[in-house]
Amino acid sequence: MKRFIGFIKKEFYHIFRDVRTILILFGIPIAQLLVFGYAIRSEIRDAKIAILDRSHDEVTRQITNKILSSGYFLLSENLQSENQIEPALKRGVVKEVIVFENNFGKNFRKEGVAHMQLIADASDPNIAKLVTNYTRAIVNDYVKKEFPGMKMPYEIEVQPRMFFNEVLKSVYMFVPGIMALILMLISAMMTSISITREKELGTMEILLVSPLRPIQIIVGKVTPYLALSVINASVIISLGHFVFGVPIKGSVLFLMTETMLFILMALSLGILISTTSQNQMEAMFKSFMMLMLPTILLSGLIFPIENMPTVLQWLTNLMPARWYIVIVRDIMLKGADIFYVWKETLILIVMTFVFIGLSVKKFKNRLE
Amino acid sequence: MIETYNISKSYGEVKALDQISLQVGKGELFGLIGPDGAGKTTLFRILVSLLLPDKGTAKMGGFDVVKDFRKVRDLIGYMPGRFSLYSDLSVEENLKFFATVFGTTIEENYDLIRDIYSQIEPFKKRLAGRLSGGMKQKLALSCALIHKPEILVLDEPTTGVDAVSRKEFWEMLKNLQTKRITIIVSTPYMDEAGLCDRVALIQKGKFMALDTPLGIVNSFKYRLLAINASNRYRLLQDLREWNNTDSAFGFGQDFHVTFKNDRFEKEELFRYLSEKGHTDIRIEEIDPGIEDVFMKLMGTPDKPQKADL
Repeated sequence: MKRFIGFIKKEFYHIFRDVRTILILFGIPIAQLLVFGYAIRSEIRDAKIAILDRSHDEVTRQITNKILSSGYFLLSENLQSENQIEPALKRGVVKEVIVFENNFGKNFRKEGVAHMQLIADASDPNIAKLVTNYTRAIVNDYVKKEFPGMKMPYEIEVQPRMFFNEVLKSVYMFVPGIMALILMLISAMMTSISITREKELGTMEILLVSPLRPIQIIVGKVTPYLALSVINASVIISLGHFVFGVPIKGSVLFLMTETMLFILMALSLGILISTTSQNQMEAMFKSFMMLMLPTILLSGLIFPIENMPTVLQWLTNLMPARWYIVIVRDIMLKGADIFYVWKETLILIVMTFVFIGLSVKKFKNRLE
Repeated sequence: MIETYNISKSYGEVKALDQISLQVGKGELFGLIGPDGAGKTTLFRILVSLLLPDKGTAKMGGFDVVKDFRKVRDLIGYMPGRFSLYSDLSVEENLKFFATVFGTTIEENYDLIRDIYSQIEPFKKRLAGRLSGGMKQKLALSCALIHKPEILVLDEPTTGVDAVSRKEFWEMLKNLQTKRITIIVSTPYMDEAGLCDRVALIQKGKFMALDTPLGIVNSFKYRLLAINASNRYRLLQDLREWNNTDSAFGFGQDFHVTFKNDRFEKEELFRYLSEKGHTDIRIEEIDPGIEDVFMKLMGTPDKPQKADL
């Protein structure tokens, strides 16, 4: 036991004395989370809009007020004619122009149909879509509240579909994905590198001839990274929850248990990689090509699995991250428990055992 | 303490070791001398149970290196060829780590390493990566000794170390010998051969000679001349072109030359060199050193500069 503690102490020295390791361990997860969080963030706040109100009646004023008091929009200017629309958008400040037709209120009350046009700056298609959807939803809400019982009597000439919540959901998607990615990076890549580094330095020779058993070496290598990964996972979950408001509807304990399982799986993958690599470069390359890229591309993190060609869809089944992402999403967003995600959990457990089995078999007592 | 019988080991087509047999007694300082790629490291790795021999058996302290490899590993202290400590750990942390891993403490075996470790102790807070070559070797030796091994296996401990530190290092080994530790050490430097109790000359996986340094010197039955002249480069060429020359190598300032037929007058050679236009010619009969024997055994290298090693 004393040996083991000595070994782990040494591993922590390695980790804390190497600036790059520290950066990869703690800098990257947080940076990645924040970058992804703000880049993919599908929420608008204080978007500048312009309004061309040809009607100036009670209804248009009410709608305008509602839009401006929503917190999402700020009135940048009131336009007087159609000619001003293009220049307003071109300046880049205004994200959307709202146009009410002549006699908007009158048409609405008399014929039940009034026309309202939303012209969005589509140089950023995501924002354009968001902005128009938000506006639409506000108008919808206004109609429902002011004229209950009426059947959506107006038309808006922008592309419809997509509702409030569906847009927001994509924000929730990235936290599980990032967790999978970061845990994979730290657990698999860092362990494989730290084991191959000993091979490269020649210290593995001494460790092998020491009374340490291979399993002690492996566990000693893995323990510090397991601890650090758990810390990292907690940081990501807290950041996601408190900074980006991702709900955790399920049990936090269950979430952490599943996360530990995923970390263990990644660690055993890391060991497996290290047993097949002779030096750090090779280990890094293998982790990157075999773990990082497939995780990013095939786990559903960025590209929806449903949209992939059948062959790739089949391949995604082999990606541990894919199952983990499903588990985390279900726990966080749907409040799932073990009965709901037992299948995914089982898959991860089987994968873990396969990888551990393979690496123990491949980790040698000797140099060849 | 160390016994091997007909050990062979191949990497694909290359025969790294070819029928190596060897016995080293307790407390002996045994040297393995040979150029890079001769098979020294392979032999040592087999001895410390890191590699499996293709053929033959080896025993360390009576234990088979294949079957009882765990027991063998408890007996030995091993210092691999490359600097193999943690350069991001301090001197003291390195030593402490290896002490804990081997289930002991620095204090417990301090006596054994005192002479060596005391020299680097003033720098114990320094990272091992920032030590000089000589100090690194001392630290590595301390780490290999910390668990009181019965057999010390040192793979090229003096490679890349300055002359003074090399000398110190060998004095330390001599000192360890007085504590009844069996030491097997490899080196590419022939001048270190004379410091061992017995040496083996290894080349291309085969032992060319195995004897005490004196025995090896005595086995040299040839006439040996030390020759010098003003133009060293041309001198070597002309010496090798002379029809009676068997081999000619540079040793420090002089060339040591052996002959196909030892019965000739020095003047003959002197005349030949004078005709070639050499001046300041000096020819001297000398007794062979261990290096002369090795050079003779290893044959003529293709390129002259190799002889200056």
